[in-house]
Amino acid sequence: MTDTALLISVSDLVKTFGPMRALDGVNLAVAPGEVHGFLGPNGAGKSTTIRVLLGLLRADAGHARVLGGDPWDEAVRLHRRLAYVPGDVSLWPNLTGGEAIDVFARLRGGFDQRRRDELCERFDLDPTKKGRTYSKGNRQKVAIVGALASEVELLVLDEPTAGLDPLMETIFSDAILEDKARGRTVLLSSHILAQVEKLCDRISIIRLGKIVESGTLDELRHLTRTTVTARTARPATNLAQLPGVHDPSLEDGHVTFEVDAEHLDTTIGHLHSLGIRSLISHPPTLEQLFMRHYGEDLSEARSGASR
Amino acid sequence: MSAATTTSRRARVESSTGSADALAGTGTLIRFVLRRDRIRIPAWLAALTVYTVGTAASFAELYPTAEARQAAAETMGTPAGTAMTGPTRYLVDYNLGSMMGHQTLGFAAVLVALMSVLMVVRHTRAEEETGRAELVRASVVGRHAHLIAALIVATATNVGLALLLAGGLAGLGLEGITVHGSLLYGATHAAVGIAFAAVAAVTVQMTEHARGASGMALTLVGLAYVLRAAGDSGEGALSWLSPIGWAQATYVYVENRWWPLLLPLAVAAVLLAIAMVLSTRRDVGAGLRQTRPGAARGSAALAHPAGLALRLHRGLLIGFAVALLVLGVAYGSILAEVEAMLAGIDVLEEALADIGGATIVDSFASMIMTVLAIITSVYIVLAGLRPRAEENDGRVEPLLATALSRHTWVASHLAVAMVGGALVMLAGGLGFGITGALVLDDPAIVTTFAGAALAYVPALWVTGGVAVLLFGWLPRAALVAWVLPTYGFIAGYLGQILQFPGWMRKLSPFGHVPQLPAAEPDVMPLIALTALAALLIAGGLTGFSRRGINAT
Repeated sequence: MTDTALLISVSDLVKTFGPMRALDGVNLAVAPGEVHGFLGPNGAGKSTTIRVLLGLLRADAGHARVLGGDPWDEAVRLHRRLAYVPGDVSLWPNLTGGEAIDVFARLRGGFDQRRRDELCERFDLDPTKKGRTYSKGNRQKVAIVGALASEVELLVLDEPTAGLDPLMETIFSDAILEDKARGRTVLLSSHILAQVEKLCDRISIIRLGKIVESGTLDELRHLTRTTVTARTARPATNLAQLPGVHDPSLEDGHVTFEVDAEHLDTTIGHLHSLGIRSLISHPPTLEQLFMRHYGEDLSEARSGASR
Repeated sequence: MSAATTTSRRARVESSTGSADALAGTGTLIRFVLRRDRIRIPAWLAALTVYTVGTAASFAELYPTAEARQAAAETMGTPAGTAMTGPTRYLVDYNLGSMMGHQTLGFAAVLVALMSVLMVVRHTRAEEETGRAELVRASVVGRHAHLIAALIVATATNVGLALLLAGGLAGLGLEGITVHGSLLYGATHAAVGIAFAAVAAVTVQMTEHARGASGMALTLVGLAYVLRAAGDSGEGALSWLSPIGWAQATYVYVENRWWPLLLPLAVAAVLLAIAMVLSTRRDVGAGLRQTRPGAARGSAALAHPAGLALRLHRGLLIGFAVALLVLGVAYGSILAEVEAMLAGIDVLEEALADIGGATIVDSFASMIMTVLAIITSVYIVLAGLRPRAEENDGRVEPLLATALSRHTWVASHLAVAMVGGALVMLAGGLGFGITGALVLDDPAIVTTFAGAALAYVPALWVTGGVAVLLFGWLPRAALVAWVLPTYGFIAGYLGQILQFPGWMRKLSPFGHVPQLPAAEPDVMPLIALTALAALLIAGGLTGFSRRGINAT
């Protein structure tokens, strides 16, 4: 896909805050019509990337295009075509939620009153309450309704469901899937992996200011391990010696192990030679994908905690 | 249901009847407050002590002889003089001590009240508004612990100030500044401070917002000052409605009466009791009034950048305009008494000759215009820094992620701040002029005074412009913008009492404003100030267009 056809294209983006290198060469490509998941733990650089894409921060180096324009120089023109939901919505204490929604939506330009009312209803949001009286989840809903009711091509959502209850999260997912069906493009930053797995066509994983993985869920899965549980006629004792097999464990005549995608064929061949009685194989969950990149952080944190 | 209600009611009664539980954690919170204010409290104490002791020392230099002091007594005895200082009873024996009681005490009392109000609000309502109090109250911390901790620290700070002032003044060893008088002088400050700390203890119960609570309490401080100004220039009865009036009624260094200080302390005790009852009748984080539902939709005007800015500035703008109007009316209503003082005071005529043969009414009006302009400069800095507050609170990013440009956003706030500042100043000038015209039966005063007020507008814009420049280039240092109103007050107001050299006045933008209506109108400085303001604002906008949001 050429650079101009992409709705968001970012290459080698660098942003430093004093000595801290928040973005260290980020590359990101979002194609029209896709829901793109942007994954990473707190502090990895998700929000900083998004704030550069919105022209709120100026990048120190690299290249960023949003909707074909420069996010810093052409901010206003581009913002007519996109809507943004921050992860922590701060409202004016003395304006009602309804007023805030309308302020955001009207300032953006095109705005569908009927859809706004319908969304208020769906998200069970009382628009007559003052900003200061809303809970975190309700403030989040104000921003979501304002964004979804806007007639825009691109939604930039930065952990939009932080603080929403599971029911609202489901309603949010439905609304995003409807928008996707209408051809809207979405950049969804999140660390709710199930949500990303359900909604996103393509995924980019960011770590320490760098994209460490990018592609469709299938592509990413292909790069990583499959979990296999098998029951064989003869005990599968020497699996650990096979290339690409990890953590085999034998229990109750079942063997469970993970295997790298490129060694799946030979490993199953080996099991076959032992006489397969039953075989369950499932692709890696997003959580496993994610943990593969953050595994060392996790084990460090755990050993730190136990010390 | 009813059983649960009964239990909760009983629990409420128990906790509000002053059991030790309601105060649990107070000690820890006191240490916490001291830790958070470890810079603020010493800074306030140092500033107030230096101000007071420095004033006393400069009086000794300015008025070395009894004749010089007697001459000062005659100028200060005019209505203009008493309105900005204190009651005439101090003038009987005008030594260095009674000069302090007369000229310095009233303003210092305002500053002490300001310190106490800000301190109490900062550690009570501001904590609740940000939600931090909820976190603290969820631990072993009683219902009244926050309030009592804040009040104890405020009281201790005021007592500390009293001792510092007493020691500092008595240590000067100046004629008329006795040890007994110095102790009382310090005590007057503490009494006023404690009274207004208690006022803040009540206002923080009433509104959900720290700004609203400080605003209410500081309005009462202003009212206390205006009441004593009006009382001292007139019959004197109004001064007895004001804690600042009570402090001055000690006639410190003249008669050294201690009993008037019982009044502020009694008021403080009553207010504290009211505050504690009120706080048991409300939820953490809530005010006394339930918030009512508002509009379900935003109007088209609200979604216009200027409409949104106007809505956000509305409360502050109306509050200041009304305050200035009331202040102008208060000063305007004593103009007849000012005029009646005119005849036969040689010193006065000399003083008036200095400002080009203006009438006593005109020179009084010029002095009041300075006061109105300094208060309006507080508004213009508050309003000019509003964009910074919006940025800090994280409300700008979603706005600027819409098709709203940075320039339009800032410009809409600045338009409201700058036009609003002019309107606030005009409200003061009109209130002053209209009541003045009525009491003096001279309609021309309305336009003269309104024009005199408007002459300050370019200087106000420069003050606001500095705030904008800081916002654009050094947002973290935006609070430095407060230097201008502070300096304007020191140079323009205290400078008149302390007779600062002319160049010190000229450092403030207000020092370049012709002293209308006493002085000749001069358009050139106004044009120059307007041009400077435009440059400052343009510079600030340029800086803002180059920097990241919430990044520096």
